[in-house]
Amino acid sequence: MFAEQILNGLTLGSTYALIALGYTMVYGILELINFAHSEIYMTGAFIGLIMVTVYKMPFPLALIIAMAGSCLLGVTIEKVAYKPLRKSTRIAPLISAIGVSIFLQNAALILAGPQVRAFPVNFKSASIKLGQSIQMSSLQLLILLISIILMVGLHFLIHRTKLGQAMRATAQDKEAAQLMGIKIDRVISFTFAIGSALGGAAGVLVGVYFNSVDPMMGFFPGLKGFVAAVLGGIGNIPGAMLGGLILGIVEVLGAVYMSRYKDAIAFAVLIIILLVKPTGLLGRKLQEKV
Amino acid sequence: MTLLEGKNLTMVFGGLTALDSVNIHINKGEILGLIGPNGAGKTTLFNLLTGVYSPSRGSIYFKEREIKNLKPYQITRLGIARTFQNIRLFGEMSVLDNVIIGQHCRTRTGVFGAIFRPPAVRDEEKRVKEKAMEILEFVGLAEAAKEKAKNLPYGKQRKLEMARALATEPELILLDEPAAGMNPQETNDLIELIQKVNDMGKTVLLIEHDMKLVMGICQRIVVLDYGKKIADGTPEEVKNDENVLKAYLGAALDKEVK
Amino acid sequence: MNSYYVQILTVTGINIILAVSLNLVTGFTGQLSLCHATFMGIGAYTATLAALKLGIPFAVALILGAISAALFGFIIGVPTLRLKGDYLAIATLGFGEIMKNILLNLEITGGPMGLRGIPKVTNVYVVYLCVTLVIFSLNRIMHSRVGKSFIAIREDELAAEAMGINTANFKILAFVLGAFYAGLAGGLYAFFFRYINPNNFGFMKSIEILSMVVLGGLGNTYGALLGAAIITVLPEFLRSVSPVIAQYRMVFYGILLVAMMIWRPQGIMGENKVMKRRGQAA
Repeated sequence: MFAEQILNGLTLGSTYALIALGYTMVYGILELINFAHSEIYMTGAFIGLIMVTVYKMPFPLALIIAMAGSCLLGVTIEKVAYKPLRKSTRIAPLISAIGVSIFLQNAALILAGPQVRAFPVNFKSASIKLGQSIQMSSLQLLILLISIILMVGLHFLIHRTKLGQAMRATAQDKEAAQLMGIKIDRVISFTFAIGSALGGAAGVLVGVYFNSVDPMMGFFPGLKGFVAAVLGGIGNIPGAMLGGLILGIVEVLGAVYMSRYKDAIAFAVLIIILLVKPTGLLGRKLQEKV
Repeated sequence: MTLLEGKNLTMVFGGLTALDSVNIHINKGEILGLIGPNGAGKTTLFNLLTGVYSPSRGSIYFKEREIKNLKPYQITRLGIARTFQNIRLFGEMSVLDNVIIGQHCRTRTGVFGAIFRPPAVRDEEKRVKEKAMEILEFVGLAEAAKEKAKNLPYGKQRKLEMARALATEPELILLDEPAAGMNPQETNDLIELIQKVNDMGKTVLLIEHDMKLVMGICQRIVVLDYGKKIADGTPEEVKNDENVLKAYLGAALDKEVK
Repeated sequence: MNSYYVQILTVTGINIILAVSLNLVTGFTGQLSLCHATFMGIGAYTATLAALKLGIPFAVALILGAISAALFGFIIGVPTLRLKGDYLAIATLGFGEIMKNILLNLEITGGPMGLRGIPKVTNVYVVYLCVTLVIFSLNRIMHSRVGKSFIAIREDELAAEAMGINTANFKILAFVLGAFYAGLAGGLYAFFFRYINPNNFGFMKSIEILSMVVLGGLGNTYGALLGAAIITVLPEFLRSVSPVIAQYRMVFYGILLVAMMIWRPQGIMGENKVMKRRGQAA
């Protein structure tokens, strides 16, 4: 029973981790909380749903198209709503980000209506036995597998490619990176593209997992993804993964005792981490340049 | 008498050691120069002394009191003020208000005082304003009192930073490249001003690249290179120090190679 | 006067208090808060329960509401504002939703049904008396040592700290004051509409208040006042033109926030160029 709960937590947590990556990557480079990220996640779920139900696509293809669509949305948002504000006060891009989030959420409400839709994907709902008493559904396994593949892919991208190197350099010191000939605008676009693609994938996976998609679905997962990022150490990519998994497990275990306030658990985690270790589990101490 | 003493100060960022076991002391009443090639750790040292960073190792004593774990605002209250290399004024506020803010830690009006304005609060405001004008006159910015800080020309912004620091009533004032970007005339004014501040009995620690300025007014100079202290002595001694020459020559050579 | 217009005028007054108080936190001190309506709700529920269950006189109940909102502000402010302000936005977002969740689930607050049968005490005169007091006290605060410290923090937090300002405490103070005023507005709201439920004080209301401040001009009390008036009156006017338009209100707020930040960050009142530059530092 306990082991199964852990497994549920890991499944949920892997989707939080995917969301957290988008927040943490953007924060690492722009020091901006991209509030629209939760709506990118929601849009990803809708695109996936449309591909599967309207265009009858197989699930893997739908997932890829959802990721591509989210990616495009993320890059567009950056160009339209954040880029013009790069030189303004700290609060301006934050307000703009909230504006984008509100806009997308309510545009989706008008276009799709407030009702919750099912996400019908035909999986053989077989369950796999792990050991004596632990069962895992094939769906859970699929979600975990896809999340792991995406995260390994991201790790490879960041540590083995030139683009990844440019991203890391930019996150450390934007000006120095620029002096080294790195095109900052491109790095920022790529960061949004990758983060958004992962967010969109998370949207599809969660939509399938809970068999539900709706315009407001991004709110809490978005919040939790951010908490996961802070938990792991904002700006830190392995931290986001770790934070997501831990948060997923904590939430599933916590929900056993206080199901009504399930969503409050992440919030409590945020407050505790801010009080006890604001730099997060793996975070470096953030130093302001003076 | 030693006013401030840093013992064995070490600062590590990530894997990079910005300061390595630096010992530094500042005597009451002196003007101490802190020089070194770019990246030598001068500003890092300032940030340690003013509580922006907490040192990885070592300790800092101000008037024999350990201050390494204090926050910047607490250190300012104890009597250490600073200016910033890249000028950090409150741009949207008037020149006068910038100096008034400087007196924050020497005043006490709270929310209720602000709303009900009892006589004590009115008195305080009047005093603060007069004092701010005095300081502005002292640095030569009195006519600009009502302008927005960000609209001042560069040289005057640097002076305003000094005025603001003086308003905190420091015993020790740390100036981070106060002459950067100034023309020779402005630099001469600045030298005079620093001298005047020192004559008021304030101790000065100065980071500066302008050698003429440093050699001209500092009684003693400390040289940093690659995070280490390589020399400490009178301008005459430092000028002839072999290590210092090497450090500066090395830096110059590096530049040429690049 | 026609009672419909009196109602709009009264609501405008309540919204003015909300907007100028959020402006204190976001416009003057530079900290983005996304749960202003939650503080309003805490004020509304506290004042209502104090009056209904404990029989406390209304004026006192109003103040109790404001104080309890301030208390919650303190509880949220301490962990988040001790650090760089970035976390405030997300923490307030979460806090607002959790509070709504709690109000929906508690028995004493009537759950989703809310509280009914609240006596009508608020009228247009009471509201504008409060508006006057709020703006008067805000102006005095902003002209004092305290208000100047708020602005200094917005302009450059590190430099403010170097001036001896305990920036953490002053950020918390601004946040608590903002919550206090919002709580007051909440009490007025409850005693005016005579019925409250958790959805009156949700995230959307917080965004509406933020839109008022951004539209009028961040860091400008009279701008916030004007913004509140426009955002209260305009939908009413549009509703009379076409009911469909009202549905698009939130979409409009979203666009408004982005567009104002890009093209007119100083709001319609102009002049105050709070938002222009990210200090002088790189």
